[in-house]
Amino acid sequence: MTLFYALIALGSLALIFGLILGYAAVKYRVESNPIVDQVDAILPQTQCGQCGYPGCRPYAEAIANGDEINKCPPGGEATVKKLADLMGVEAKPLAGGEEAEPVKTVAYIREDECIGCTKCIQACPVDAIVGATRQMHTVIDDECTGCDLCVEPCPVDCIDMLPVEQTKQTWKWQLDAIAIKQID
Amino acid sequence: MDSLLEQIERGTLWQFPGGVHPPQQKSLSNQQPIARLPLPDKLVLPLKQHIGANGQLLVNVGDKVLKGQALTKPTANWSLPVHAPTSGEVIEIKPMPSAHPSALPELSIVMTPDGNDTWCELSPVSDLNKLDHKTLIDLLHNAGIAGMGGAGFPTYVKADSHQPIEFLVVNGVECEPYITADDLLMREHAQEIVQGIEVMQQLLKPQRVLIGIEDNKPEAIAAMKRASAHNTAILVRAIPTKYPSGGEKQLIRVLTSKEVPSTGIPADIGVLVQNVGTLFAISEAIYKGKPLIERVVSVTGNTIGKPQNVWALIGTEIKHLLDCQGFTPVLEQRVVMGGPMMGFTLPTVRIPVIKTTNCILAPDNQELAEPGDEKACIRCSACADACPQSLLPQQLQWFAKSKDYDKLEAYNLFDCIECGACSYVCPSEIPLVQYYRVAKAEIREQKLDQIKAERAKERFEARKERLEREQQERQNRHKRSTSRSAKPDAEKAKVADALARVKQKQGDKSAVQAAIERAKAKKAADGSLEPDNSEVALERALRKEQARLYKEQKTSEDAPLAENAKEDSGKKDAVTAAIARAKAKKAAQQGEQENGQPQPQASEPETKKSDDDPRKAAVAAAIARAKAKKAAQQGEQENEQPQPPASEPETKKSDDDPRKAAVAAAIARAKAKKAAQQGEQENEQPQQPASESETPTSDDDDPRKAAVAAAIARAKAKKAAKQAEQENEQPQTSTSESETQKPDDDDPRKAAVAAAIARAKAKKAAKQAEQENEQPQQEQSVQDAGSTDATPQTPEQKRQAAIKAAVAKAKAKKQAKEQEGNDPS
Repeated sequence: MTLFYALIALGSLALIFGLILGYAAVKYRVESNPIVDQVDAILPQTQCGQCGYPGCRPYAEAIANGDEINKCPPGGEATVKKLADLMGVEAKPLAGGEEAEPVKTVAYIREDECIGCTKCIQACPVDAIVGATRQMHTVIDDECTGCDLCVEPCPVDCIDMLPVEQTKQTWKWQLDAIAIKQID
Repeated sequence: MDSLLEQIERGTLWQFPGGVHPPQQKSLSNQQPIARLPLPDKLVLPLKQHIGANGQLLVNVGDKVLKGQALTKPTANWSLPVHAPTSGEVIEIKPMPSAHPSALPELSIVMTPDGNDTWCELSPVSDLNKLDHKTLIDLLHNAGIAGMGGAGFPTYVKADSHQPIEFLVVNGVECEPYITADDLLMREHAQEIVQGIEVMQQLLKPQRVLIGIEDNKPEAIAAMKRASAHNTAILVRAIPTKYPSGGEKQLIRVLTSKEVPSTGIPADIGVLVQNVGTLFAISEAIYKGKPLIERVVSVTGNTIGKPQNVWALIGTEIKHLLDCQGFTPVLEQRVVMGGPMMGFTLPTVRIPVIKTTNCILAPDNQELAEPGDEKACIRCSACADACPQSLLPQQLQWFAKSKDYDKLEAYNLFDCIECGACSYVCPSEIPLVQYYRVAKAEIREQKLDQIKAERAKERFEARKERLEREQQERQNRHKRSTSRSAKPDAEKAKVADALARVKQKQGDKSAVQAAIERAKAKKAADGSLEPDNSEVALERALRKEQARLYKEQKTSEDAPLAENAKEDSGKKDAVTAAIARAKAKKAAQQGEQENGQPQPQASEPETKKSDDDPRKAAVAAAIARAKAKKAAQQGEQENEQPQPPASEPETKKSDDDPRKAAVAAAIARAKAKKAAQQGEQENEQPQQPASESETPTSDDDDPRKAAVAAAIARAKAKKAAKQAEQENEQPQTSTSESETQKPDDDDPRKAAVAAAIARAKAKKAAKQAEQENEQPQQEQSVQDAGSTDATPQTPEQKRQAAIKAAVAKAKAKKQAKEQEGNDPS
C-alpha cells in the first residue's frame, strides 16, 4: 500500500513538474542561437561582404558554426579580439593582411559626374543612397557604413570613398602629440 | 534634528571629499576694474559656441549688420543663435580654427567692424510679471545665452526644467587660480546679477536661492549681500576656499549637502546651478534687450603688462586681447585658455573669444612650468585623497593605459569632472586627466559606433525584407504569365538558340557547349537578388593586390625597365608580370588622357617585347590586358576616325595572348551573372543613342524571347561589341582562332590566378568603355564628319565579332576543362 502511495505521489509530482517545464519551454523559448546574436552585436554591421558572406549576420552564423574569426576587415583587430574573447579561441591577425585599425570611410558621389544609373542604389546594403533613374544620386553620409559595395558597380566611377573627417566631437586628446605653437 | 532647509537657513555648510589648495594668484588681475577694449580689426564668430547644434545662417557674405543683430536662427536640438557683437560687414563665412584644444576648424562668420557700433533696435522688458513662461524662455533662447561657467549648456533648456527645483544655486565660487572674471563682475554688477536671479526665480520658483562665493572674495560677497538684501529668498554664502568647490556637483554638496547621482543631473535632486556671468547675461537680455555679445575675460599671467579683466566682444581674437594688455612673450611662451587646472594650451592665438571663455592665461616659464616627464606610479594614493568625486584615479589610470574600457566604466570614469586635482598632486607627474580624457573620447566613440551599427543593421534587414517581398511579387507575376504558356517555349527556344549558335561554329562540341550555356542560363535566370558579395570581394582583393604591387614597383618602374624586363629570364616572371601590370596601369591612365590623340610611340617597344619570349606569357597577358583596356577606349573613337597607326601593334597583342581565352571565359561567366541584374534596368531605361548602335545585333536576333534571355544576349553582345571595336579596324579573324588552339602549357594554377585578375580587369575595362559609350561619343558623332559612314558598319562587324568571341569562349572553356583533366594524371 505504501508503495502505491509513493508511486501516486511521485507520479503526480512528475506530472506537475513536467507541465511546468513544458509551459516554460514554450513561454521562454529562445528564438535563435544566442551566440549568433552576441557575435552579430560585435560585428561592425557594415554589411560589406568582405568576409565572403552576404552581410554581417550570415558571418555571425558562420562564426557560431566554427568559421574563422579574422575575416572582418572593417572591424579591425579590435573586433577580432572581442570575437576571440567571446568564442574562447585564440585571436589571430586579420586574414588578407589588412591593417589593424581600418580607416573609417564614407562614400561620396561626385554629383556632376553621376549619370543616374541607380546601380549604386541597388548595391547599397543599407539603403544609404538616394536618387532616381537619370537623376543625380547622393549618399546620406550618416547612414553610410563605408562598405565599398557601391564603388564597383558605378559605370562612371564617380564614387569616392573618403575618410571620415574628424570633428570636435570625435577628436581625441593625443597624449604623444608634440604641441604645435604659433605665437605671433 | 533640524530639517535641511532650516540647516541651510542657519548657514550650515558641508564638505566635499578631496580637493586641493593651489596658489591663488588672483591678486594679479583683481586689482583693476573691468576695462573696455578698442574695437578689434575683425571678429570671428563660430556658429557653435555651446553644447548643442548649429543655428541656421541668416546672413550672407557682404551683408551689413548692426550690433546685436542675430546672425543665425536657432533650430531644434538645443541650438542657439549668435549675434553681431558690433556693427559692420560680414566678409567671410568659412571654417576657422575653433576655441577647442584641437583647434579643428569650425564654420564661422568673419566680420569687420565699421567703427560706429550702431545698435539694432532693442526691445527691453519693463515689467517681468507681464510675461508668461513661454515668452520668457523664448527671450532667453533668442538672446543666445549659454552657460558661461565653462560647459556652455544652453540656458533656456535649463530654465525650462520640468522637474521641480528646490534650490537655485548661483555659482560665484571661481575656484581656479588666476581667474577673477566672476569676482569683478559681482563687484561691479551685483545689481544686474540679482535681477538675473529674479528672472530665474520667476521661471523656476525655487524655495531658496543660494549664492556660493569663496571666502577669498570679500568684496564680491559684500556687494552681493548688499544687492540681494531686499530679497529674503536669496542667501549669500561664503564658502571655504578649496579647489574645485566651483564644480557644480561640489558646490551643490557644500551648500545643500545633496549629492548628484552618478550619470544624473542636478535637476534630478531638485537643484539648478547658474553661473553669475550667465545671470548677468540674462538680466541684460531681459531688461535691456541685449543679446549675449560680450563677456568678462581675465587676461592675466606674468607676461601680461596690464593683467586685468576686460569686456571682450564675442569673436575677438585672443591676439587682440593680449596686444591690448601689453603682452611680452617669453621663449617657449604658452597661452592657455581657461585656468591653469582645467584650461588648455592654445595652438594659436588667432582663436576667438567664445561664450565660455573666462580667462586667457599667459604665464612665463617659472610660474607655470611645462610638465616634466611622466614617471612610474608609486601607488602613493595621493590622487585618491585629492579626488573630489571619490574615484580611484590610480586604478582608472591603469585601466586607461590598458584600454580596458569596460573596467573604466565599472570604476565610474564618467563621474570624473576632469578637475585636474589628481594630476596636481601626483608626485610622478603623471598626466592622469589626459589619460581619462582619451579614454572618455574612446568610449564615447565606441558607443556612437555601436549606435550606428545598430541602425545599419536595421536598415539592412529592412532592405532584405523589401527585396524578398519584391521577389515574391515578381514570382507571382511570373507564375501568372506562365499559365498563359509563354514560358516553356521561351525556355526551350533559349536552349535551342544556344545549341544552334554553338553548332553553327563547332558541330562536335555542341553537347558540352549546350551544357555550359544551359548552366549559364540557369544562373542568369536565378537572378541573384543581393549583390553577389563573393564576386565583389574577390575583385576587391585583386584590386588591393594590384595596388600593393603598383606601389612596390612605382619607384623602380622608370626608364630602363622595358629593356631589363626583356632580358630577364623566365624565373623572374612574377616580377616582370608585376612590372607589366604597373605599366599597364600607367598606360591606361595615359590612354585616358590621350584619348583620340595619336598614340605616343614610346609604348611600342613595350608591346613588342611581349612576343619575344613564349614563357613570358604572364607579362604579355598583363600588357595585353592593359592594351585591351586602352584599346577599348580608343576603339570607340576609332570607329569613326582613321586610326592612328601607332596603336595597331597594341591591339594585335591583345588577341595574341593565349591567356585571353581564359579571360574571355571568365568574363562571359561574370557577364551573364551581372546581366541578369542589369537586364531589368536596361529594359526600362531608354537606351542612350550610342549604345543603340550596339544593341541592334542582339535585338534583331531574338526580339521575342523571355526577358532573361534577352538580357543575357544583350550583355554578351555588348561585351562582344567592345571586342569587335578593337578588332574592327584590323582584319584579325584568324588570330582569335589560332590563339586558342595553342596548347596552354603554363602552370594551370597560375592560369587560374591570371584568369581571376583578368576578370577584374575586363570588368573595369568594360566599364570605361561603357562610360565612353554614353558620354563623349555622342558629342563626337555630332562633330565628326567622318562618323556618318563608319557607324552603319558596326552592327555587322559586331555580329561577326560576337560570333568569334563566342567561339573563343567555348574553346577556352573546353581547353580549360581538358587541362584540368590532364593535369593530375
